[in-house]
Amino acid sequence: MQPTAPDAASAPVGKAAVPVPAPRAVRGPRSRTTTAYLRYGAGKAGGAAVSLLAVLVTGFFLFRLIPGDPVKTMTGGRPVSARQLAEYRREFGLDLPLWQQFTDYCGKALTGDLGTSYQFRTPVIDKITEALPNTLLLTGTAFVLYTALGMFLGTRSAWRHGRLGDRLNTGLALTLYSVPSFWLGLLVIIVFGVGLGPVPGLFPTGGMESGGKEGFAYVLDVAHHLVLPVITLVAVEYGQTLLVTRSALLDEMGSDYLTTARAKGLRDDLVRRRHAVPNALLPTVTLVFVNLGRTVAGVILVETVFSWPGLGGLFYQALSVPDLPLVQGLFLFFASTVIVMNTLADLLYPLLDPRVGR
Amino acid sequence: MSTQDQYGTRRSHPRIPRPRTLRLVATAGAIALTFSSGLATPLNPAPQRAEAAGGKKVLTVAVAQSVDSLSPFLAVRLVSTSILRLTYEYLTDYDPGDAHPVPGLATKWAPSADKLTWTYTIRSDAKWSDGQKVTAQDAAWTFNKMMTDQAAATANGSFVGNFRKVTAPSPTKLVVELKKPQATMTALDVPIVPEHVWKNVSDLSKFNNDKTFPIVGDGPFVLTDYKADSYVRLKANKGFWRGAPKFDELVFKYYKDQDAAVAALRKGEVSFVAGQPALTPAQAASLKGQKDIKVNDAPGRRFYALATNPGARAKNGKRFGDGDPSLLDQRVRNALFMAVDRRTIIDKVFQGHAVEGQGYIPPRFSTYFWKPSASRTLSYDPTKAGRLLDQAGYRKNADGKRVGEDGKPLDYRVLCHATDPNDKAVGQYLKEWWAKLGIGMSLDCLDNVTDPWLAGKYDLAFDGWSVNPDPDFVLSIHTCAALPATPKDTGQTDNFICDKTYDELYARQLAEYDSAKRAGIVQQMESRLYDLGYMNVMAYPNAVEAYRTDQIKSIETMPRAAGNIYGQDGYWSWWSAVPAGSGSSSGGSSTGVVVGIAAGVVVLAGAVFLFARRRGATADDRE
Repeated sequence: MQPTAPDAASAPVGKAAVPVPAPRAVRGPRSRTTTAYLRYGAGKAGGAAVSLLAVLVTGFFLFRLIPGDPVKTMTGGRPVSARQLAEYRREFGLDLPLWQQFTDYCGKALTGDLGTSYQFRTPVIDKITEALPNTLLLTGTAFVLYTALGMFLGTRSAWRHGRLGDRLNTGLALTLYSVPSFWLGLLVIIVFGVGLGPVPGLFPTGGMESGGKEGFAYVLDVAHHLVLPVITLVAVEYGQTLLVTRSALLDEMGSDYLTTARAKGLRDDLVRRRHAVPNALLPTVTLVFVNLGRTVAGVILVETVFSWPGLGGLFYQALSVPDLPLVQGLFLFFASTVIVMNTLADLLYPLLDPRVGR
Repeated sequence: MSTQDQYGTRRSHPRIPRPRTLRLVATAGAIALTFSSGLATPLNPAPQRAEAAGGKKVLTVAVAQSVDSLSPFLAVRLVSTSILRLTYEYLTDYDPGDAHPVPGLATKWAPSADKLTWTYTIRSDAKWSDGQKVTAQDAAWTFNKMMTDQAAATANGSFVGNFRKVTAPSPTKLVVELKKPQATMTALDVPIVPEHVWKNVSDLSKFNNDKTFPIVGDGPFVLTDYKADSYVRLKANKGFWRGAPKFDELVFKYYKDQDAAVAALRKGEVSFVAGQPALTPAQAASLKGQKDIKVNDAPGRRFYALATNPGARAKNGKRFGDGDPSLLDQRVRNALFMAVDRRTIIDKVFQGHAVEGQGYIPPRFSTYFWKPSASRTLSYDPTKAGRLLDQAGYRKNADGKRVGEDGKPLDYRVLCHATDPNDKAVGQYLKEWWAKLGIGMSLDCLDNVTDPWLAGKYDLAFDGWSVNPDPDFVLSIHTCAALPATPKDTGQTDNFICDKTYDELYARQLAEYDSAKRAGIVQQMESRLYDLGYMNVMAYPNAVEAYRTDQIKSIETMPRAAGNIYGQDGYWSWWSAVPAGSGSSSGGSSTGVVVGIAAGVVVLAGAVFLFARRRGATADDRE
């Protein structure tokens, strides 16, 4: 919604209307807007950088507060000599002073080296890249579906608010949103995985793949395993988008511009889609980006119930040792994603609503 | 404009009528297709599954624990070591009947007269899965690597700590020289690896053996594929010297949630479920009596105890921690244990899936099992317990609290594992029983009990260990040698017990090569532990697991008479398992996949169609 330059029709009366290049004065406001946006963007990017730095520092010290000796936990239940214990501490850098551990950690983190997992003896970055695609497949698929479903149903609920459809929609969404995801997951497994009464067990009860398949058969196999966890995730998550969309749209519905649109004779669903919804998008966009940031963190409970080998489960395993490099690496990765997504949302707002950022 | 108009429920502009009926029909059709397709296929939860591709007999085991490593030098977790047990042979195995040593890679073994040299005869009929012969040199290389490379000693370094020299004078002769006598030389749980493969590994600390398949081994199965937290696949080693397994494939499939694993067993997606570490009583009850499912509720290898802090100390004599001094009196320790109704714990907490605790080593290890005589047994007797406390100088005051001569009431902190529901449940009973004695108690349930435990900052703690066929390790953790060198160090001690008599017995049993005599000494050690009252064994929890009888016709437990299937000291269960008819578990047939996906595609296509219809705009719609 950029301010438009005055056209020839606005030339003073009595003078010939000749086409002239756009006056410099026109570029003024534009450049001022661009400058303002750049300043706004720089501010947001700076804030993100500070947040990332805070995460880096906090992550290191926060997880040092977890009780337990990682080396003792790792070697628990088996005979280990004092020499071996000392060797482990040296190998993992736990024999160094805390400040030195911190500087090492920061230095390596800046070069992308997140250390080596204590329990898996594998670079943390490898463990993350191993599980990330699995998580993105699950949460990404669910994210697209629950966002689309939530926005679609939220829009319709608001447009016909107070009616039976609206009450059913919001009631069901609230109920599912309140249901513990692991419990719903188990129900879904029992009904659609194992089969119950006339309902056959069409889908696998867990895992991401059967193994031993290649090519298209592998794709089909993974898709087959994906159905139930995605259904569960969509069921518990779409309600939030629905309610936010509905509430934002309800705020817009009394606006004069909608009355004007109708007065122009526009079809009702066009009024909704092209006029009301775009103006009600801001809260939903915020939520979408927050959810997008969350997708990489996986969903521990759903991943556990469906035995999905993702980052959520990995984080839980890392905490239980505690596997400090893995915990720190995942924390840094999750936090960075959320910060980046929130920053992207901030940068997008002025494009959706020019009043933001001025 | 009416309100209705304002909110657009009535069209204010003539438009092309929208095919609402068509949409409804399409949606209903998609839903109907989804379900009818399922009904029309052989995918109903019939437990008798189709065979895997190529008519293979596949045995699928549900597991939850992540593999830490597939390197025999690094792996310590049960799931990893169980898999490696199937992949690499050890020098000796344990008999599934009574766990006595039986030939593995070694057909014979003998110590020298001075007890310091052991000579093993390595079998000549064993081959690696790549066709090369297994020789004594492979064993010598494995042990020498562990003796000289710190990384190679990560998992099993303790086994070679007392080795002076290991040589292979011939392909069938292995000689191990010791620094001092070691009775555990027929219980070396060390996977022997192929030298020609492993000598090329430059850094054992970083090599997890999980990238190149199949993995060269000489066990009953060959590891062919692995995907972290998804599955581990093994195929039968047809050339295994003891004979090929009956199943063609063995798959360890991941179920992080035990209820989901049980559901998979019901459906027939998996053949076997072990639980973590056992099925819960509720799960076992729900599976009992189910068609084609057998619940194996057998004596376990664990003991479940209440350990008492005897006053934490280091080898240098320094004392630390804050254990209650009243617990240094054996009468107090015995009184506490006599106020524990073990029968109730078995019935109410374990719901019958455990055996009442007696001696330190569970009864399934018949060679070493010891129990107190009737006269010495610390049976549940609150009255006698009260008298013992009176004798020890802890009498009840007017408030009914037991107080010492210093006027301080007896009030104990019990360390418990927050992750173990049994600890919490037993803790509540203890609180009630000890309150009747006049003793206060607080339950400190923590996710990680390591810190206060190592610091000696507890009075009592729930404790438990899995016992091996050779009990050396669980005995060693109560010796003075296991104490930390200084309060700042970490020792191998379980809970700071240091008793001269016990230590003398420990040294004697380790140097005793006569099995019967050694067993006698071990039983004396258990008797000593019982008398000291620092380790009060309350229960031996059962191994509760289940399998499908329509997929597994028979499978060997360990001990053979009544024992566990998963996590055995050997490969007996999976090696001996006989398939039932043509049954074999599978993750679902390809028909199921196709139908499931087709249903999804139909629904999706319906949705796309509807959306496209909605987006169709006419000239009338344009602004």
